[in-house]
Amino acid sequence: MIGTDSRGLVLDEPLLFEQSQPGRIGFSLPEADVPHTAPAAELLRDEITGFPELSEVDVIRHYTRLSTWNYGVDSGFYPLGSCTMKYNPKINEVAARLPGFSDIHPQTPEALNQGALELMYRLERALAEVSGFPAICLQPAAGAQGELAGMLMIRAWHEARGNKRTKVIIPDTAHGTNPATAALCGYEVVPVVSDGILSRDAVAAVMSNEVAALMITNPNTLGLFEADIRAICALVHEQGGLVYSDGANLNALMGISRPGDLGIDVMHFNLHKTFSTPHGGGGPGAGPIGVSAELIPYLPLPVIIKENQNYRFDYERPHSIGRVKAFYGHFGILVRAYSYILAMGGPGLKKATELAVLNANYIRARLEGVYALPFTERSLHEVVFSEENLGGGCRTLDVAKRLIDYGFHPPTIYFPLVVAGALMIEPTETESKQTLDDFCDALLAIAAEAEHEPDKLKQAPTRARRRRLDEATAARKPRLRWRPSSN
Amino acid sequence: MDFPDELKYTEEHEWIAIEADIATIGISDFAQSQLGDIVFVELPEVGDELEAGKPCGVVESVKAVSDIYSPLSGEVVEINEELPDAPETLNTSPYEDGWMIKIRLSNPQELDDLLDADSYQELIKED
Repeated sequence: MIGTDSRGLVLDEPLLFEQSQPGRIGFSLPEADVPHTAPAAELLRDEITGFPELSEVDVIRHYTRLSTWNYGVDSGFYPLGSCTMKYNPKINEVAARLPGFSDIHPQTPEALNQGALELMYRLERALAEVSGFPAICLQPAAGAQGELAGMLMIRAWHEARGNKRTKVIIPDTAHGTNPATAALCGYEVVPVVSDGILSRDAVAAVMSNEVAALMITNPNTLGLFEADIRAICALVHEQGGLVYSDGANLNALMGISRPGDLGIDVMHFNLHKTFSTPHGGGGPGAGPIGVSAELIPYLPLPVIIKENQNYRFDYERPHSIGRVKAFYGHFGILVRAYSYILAMGGPGLKKATELAVLNANYIRARLEGVYALPFTERSLHEVVFSEENLGGGCRTLDVAKRLIDYGFHPPTIYFPLVVAGALMIEPTETESKQTLDDFCDALLAIAAEAEHEPDKLKQAPTRARRRRLDEATAARKPRLRWRPSSN
Repeated sequence: MDFPDELKYTEEHEWIAIEADIATIGISDFAQSQLGDIVFVELPEVGDELEAGKPCGVVESVKAVSDIYSPLSGEVVEINEELPDAPETLNTSPYEDGWMIKIRLSNPQELDDLLDADSYQELIKED
C-alpha cells in the first residue's frame, strides 16, 4: 500500500539564524554618491545579537527548499471539509494579469476605469443570477466580513423601524463565525439544537419579538440541506425578524437552488470557495453579499450604477451602513471569480455542483458502515463521519495522522462540534474517481489497522518529515520566536 | 471515569460542590476526557455577577474551544489563579486542583435543577 520509492535526498532545514556563519555576506552596496553623515552615537550599535550572517545562495536555498515543502491543491488531493479547497483554474490567473486589470490604480477617475467598473457590475449581475438576490455588494474582503456587513444591515433595518431587538438565533450546525458576528453587532446569541436538520418547531420555540434575525448555514456544516428552510424563513418573517444565510457552502447549491428564492434576506458568498479564487496564504479572499429588495437601501457605499452605457459609483444613499472596505474590495479576486463564471458558463457551474455532490456521496458510499455516519440524511458536498466505530482505542486524530503515512492530506477533524470526533471530508468536483478510490482505500486500510494493529495509528505519522508533534505542549508553552539563548 | 457522589452536576458537564452559600465549580472528568489536552483557560473575575446558564469562561483544548456555562447565579468570590498558567490541571485533577471558580449563591433554589452523580452518569451514557 505505502510506496517504497527512495527518499534518500531528504534535506532538513535549520532556521536562517541557525545557519549563520560570522563574516558571511549576502549583499553589496554601491559607493555612496552623497556626503556621509554621522548619526548620533546613541543611535548606533556594534552588533545585533543573533542577527544571521549568510550568503545570497544560502538564503535562496533556504527559501527554495521550504517552498518545496508546501502542500496545496496544486500538489495533491486536499479534502478539507468546510474549507472547500477547490482547484483554482489557471485561466483565472491569466485574466487577473491582463495589464488593463493588473495595472490600474484604485484612484484612477471613473471615466478612465470603465472596464473595471463594468467587470464588477457584470460580476454582481452573475452572482445575482446564481443566488436569486436582486442586489449584490462585492466589497467585503472575506466571508466573515461579509457576515458582519450583512448583520449590520439587518441591525440598520430594525433600527429604521424603531425595533429594539436584542437576540439572534443560531443553530448548532452553523459556522463558528456566525455567533462571533452576532456578538460583534451587539446581539445576544440564542443557540438552537438542530438534530442534524433544523426544524421549524425548534425555531418556533425560541422565536419572539426580541429576535432580530436567524443566522443559518445552508447546506449546514454536516453537509445537509436545510429542508425546512422556506417554512423557517416564513416563521421568522411573520414575527418581524430577518434571515441571514451563511453562503460558505453555496458550492453545493449553485445552479440548482437559489437562496434568494427560499426567503433568505442576506447571504454572503465566499468567492474563494464557490468561485475558485485562491485561498492562498490566508488571503486575500472576497465575501460579497446578496440582499433582498427590502435591504437594498442599507447596502455599503459606494454602489456601482449603470447609466446609459457608462458605470459610476453612487455615494448618495442616506440609509447605507457606510463603507466596509477601502476602495472597492479585492479587485484582483473579483476578476478571477468573473473569469471562472465565464469560463464555466451556466451549465458548467451546475455541473460543478453536481460533481461536488457526487464525489462526496461516492466517498460516503465507500466508507459508510466501516466509519460511523451519525447523520444519515442525504449528503450534499461534504460528508461527516464520527470516530465511534474505530477499533483499538484509536481516535480521529490517529486516523488523520495515519493518512499522512499513506500520502494523503488529512480532512478537517473535530469540526463540526455536534459530531464526536468528527472527520469531515469535502473532495470538491475536480477529483477523479481514481483519486477518490485511492483515498477511500487508504481510509479503509487504516480502519482495519485500527482493529488489528492500532499502534500503527497511534505512532503515526512515521513516514513524514516530522513524527507526531506535541500539540498540547506547543499550545501551552508556545515558543513564538527564535532567541540567541535557544541556539 | 470518576464521578464523586458528594458533587452535583449539570448537563453542560460542570460539577458543583456546595458549602453553606458558596458553590465551587469545575468541569467533570467526562468533560476533560472529551475535550482532550486542555491548553488554555479563561475565568471570570472576582466580583463578576454570574447568571445561571450563561457563559462565564472558556476552555480551549487541542480539539476545540468551549464555553463554560455558570450552573448557578451569584457573585464570583474566588477564582483558581493557578489554572490559567497550568491548564493541564483540568486534565489531571478535574475535581480537586482543577477547580475553577467559587461563587456566593444569589438564588439557592437553582440547586434543585442540578443532577446527582447517578443521573449525570445516565445522561452521559445517552450521549
